[in-house]
Amino acid sequence: MVKAINNVESPEELQKCQTGIRGLDEITDGGLPKGRPTLVCGSAGCGKTLLAMEFLVRGAAQYNEPGVFVSFEESSEELVQNVASLGFDLNGLIAHKKMYLDQVRIERSEIEETGEYDLEGLFIRLNHAIDSIGANRVVLDTIESLYSGLANEGILRAELRRLFRWLKEKGVTAIVTGERGENTLTRHGLEEYVSDCVILLDNRVEGQISTRRLRIVKYRGSSHGTNEYPFLIDEQGISVLPITSLGLQHDVSTERISSGIPRLDIMLEGDGYYRGSSILISGTAGTGKSSIAATFANATCSRGERCLYFAFEESASQIIRNMHSIGIGLQPWLEQGLLSIHAVRPTVYGLEMHLVKMYKLINEFKPEVVIMDPVTNLISIGSETEVKSMLSRLIDFLKASHITALFTNLSHAGGAVSLEQTEFGISSLMDTWILLRDIELGGERNRGLYILKSRGMAHSNQIREFLLTDRGIDLVDVYAGPGGVLTGSARSAQEAQEKAAELVRRDETGRKKRELDRKKKALEVQITALRSEFEAVEEETNKLIQQEEIKEKVLAADRAGMMRLRKADADS
Amino acid sequence: MNKITKKTEKPDTWELRLYVAGATPKSLLAFANLKKLCEKHLAGKYTIEVIDLLKNPQLARGDQILAIPTLVRKLPPPLKKIIGDLSNTERVLVGLDLRPAKG
Repeated sequence: MVKAINNVESPEELQKCQTGIRGLDEITDGGLPKGRPTLVCGSAGCGKTLLAMEFLVRGAAQYNEPGVFVSFEESSEELVQNVASLGFDLNGLIAHKKMYLDQVRIERSEIEETGEYDLEGLFIRLNHAIDSIGANRVVLDTIESLYSGLANEGILRAELRRLFRWLKEKGVTAIVTGERGENTLTRHGLEEYVSDCVILLDNRVEGQISTRRLRIVKYRGSSHGTNEYPFLIDEQGISVLPITSLGLQHDVSTERISSGIPRLDIMLEGDGYYRGSSILISGTAGTGKSSIAATFANATCSRGERCLYFAFEESASQIIRNMHSIGIGLQPWLEQGLLSIHAVRPTVYGLEMHLVKMYKLINEFKPEVVIMDPVTNLISIGSETEVKSMLSRLIDFLKASHITALFTNLSHAGGAVSLEQTEFGISSLMDTWILLRDIELGGERNRGLYILKSRGMAHSNQIREFLLTDRGIDLVDVYAGPGGVLTGSARSAQEAQEKAAELVRRDETGRKKRELDRKKKALEVQITALRSEFEAVEEETNKLIQQEEIKEKVLAADRAGMMRLRKADADS
Repeated sequence: MNKITKKTEKPDTWELRLYVAGATPKSLLAFANLKKLCEKHLAGKYTIEVIDLLKNPQLARGDQILAIPTLVRKLPPPLKKIIGDLSNTERVLVGLDLRPAKG
């Protein structure tokens, strides 16, 4: 048997060429089809050229695969400049023969067509470029420009067909870009020639916010993600983020981490939150959500762990200043690199882009804890279902990475009913839900805290009063007595009142006791008097009895004397 | 490289370059057509340089050659490109500015 040593020619499986573009290799299940052309199409400004360029740069830098970039639109100098802002050093790659730039410029006004011709010149140039650096990768951007330069479409079609066949024979992995047509993928039907892999880029504007998306329209002989994936162009190039629902397969931790508030930890079975769980803090404005979040951040950094703080309302310096006032110093953590605050308005970009950004920052910073304050602000840029879908994907991702996430949720005032309804039903995604609420009583507004739910622990059912002191957050017991739940100064007043009442009660008892003592004593005196009287009476009685007895004896003696005297008479 | 040079006495010189890729029928036809046309209209004041891109592929970049065959008018300025086998004489003459386009 002959073993297939050369796996490039292995017929069973399609060989893939890794692009090196973050995320793209994941959704294409390993990269673009090796040795075949791929069509990347999209409307103007959607990032086709950049995607193609990054494919070459990454190929040259990471996979040691030199690449040829044939530009039909931009000049070489423009290209070098344009991608320099993304940190790609094209000139360096060109100098090391890792990259070959060629600009094909075609001006209809300069050209007169006089009979039969072919595009052999282009083939020769391309062949020369590929051979001069031993290129494995080729980009043709945007080949459709030829249609505007050459009048004879018949020749052009035939030649393009020949070109793609030729590229395949040459064995180079190619990206061909094409401008999006009205109802077709490309204006001139390039998809007819490139049948292996087609990637569609899109830049949609919804509600004045644009989001870039990427979709794999087809990929012959390979499985691939079929969704539209948002992608990001930033200083490091393109990141495609295949954030779909990651499912519920993640492992959970039994480790507990402190919330930073000792009494809150006690309410949560004494140990705090589960690591990797999601926590929702909801409450109306000014109930101290951010303070709880900042306390948690502080506690995280104190343990030497990293915390990533997304702020949608306040700037980083404002958060630091405000938290300083309640005795939480966040500045040192920032300086030590344990805390990172990303303050951005939600409306800066679309929801997907937020997700992508967060995903990227989380991957870079590798935090143990992520805080989003407040998550409610995102709803201003998306519908409820969109926000919920985005958050569930974010939470899935965080849970899979064992990152503890704390979200704050601004609920609108209007009674307890609406308080317990989070804006977009995200509470079902949360493991622990802490509710902060205002308790208005006696002309005062005080903060109350209670745990609405906390999965997997026997949490306290008590309402605690929540105090912001200059030493951080303190939780105190609320007064729960016959007068109802009292907080703040009402609670203090009630407590003072109770103390006074108790004092009075204590006095009363003493007095009663003393009175009883007195009564007892008086009775005792009476008892003594009675007893002596009794004794006197008894003595008298005894005396009388004695006298009676003596009298009896005397009488008896008398009677005996008389009988003796009368004996003679009686015996006769 | 194949050079055919004819000295001229007139001040205007015509410097023409014909790009081909090997001796294909189209290339040969183009060269024959060009030669005939030059002899008729530019006798004695033109040079034709034939560049075979199969031998010198790097030269294609300089004159932005895509189509084969391509005739480039280097002189007199401006630069003109005429592609095809030059069988449509009228269009070649227009392309070379030897005949006004409207005429």
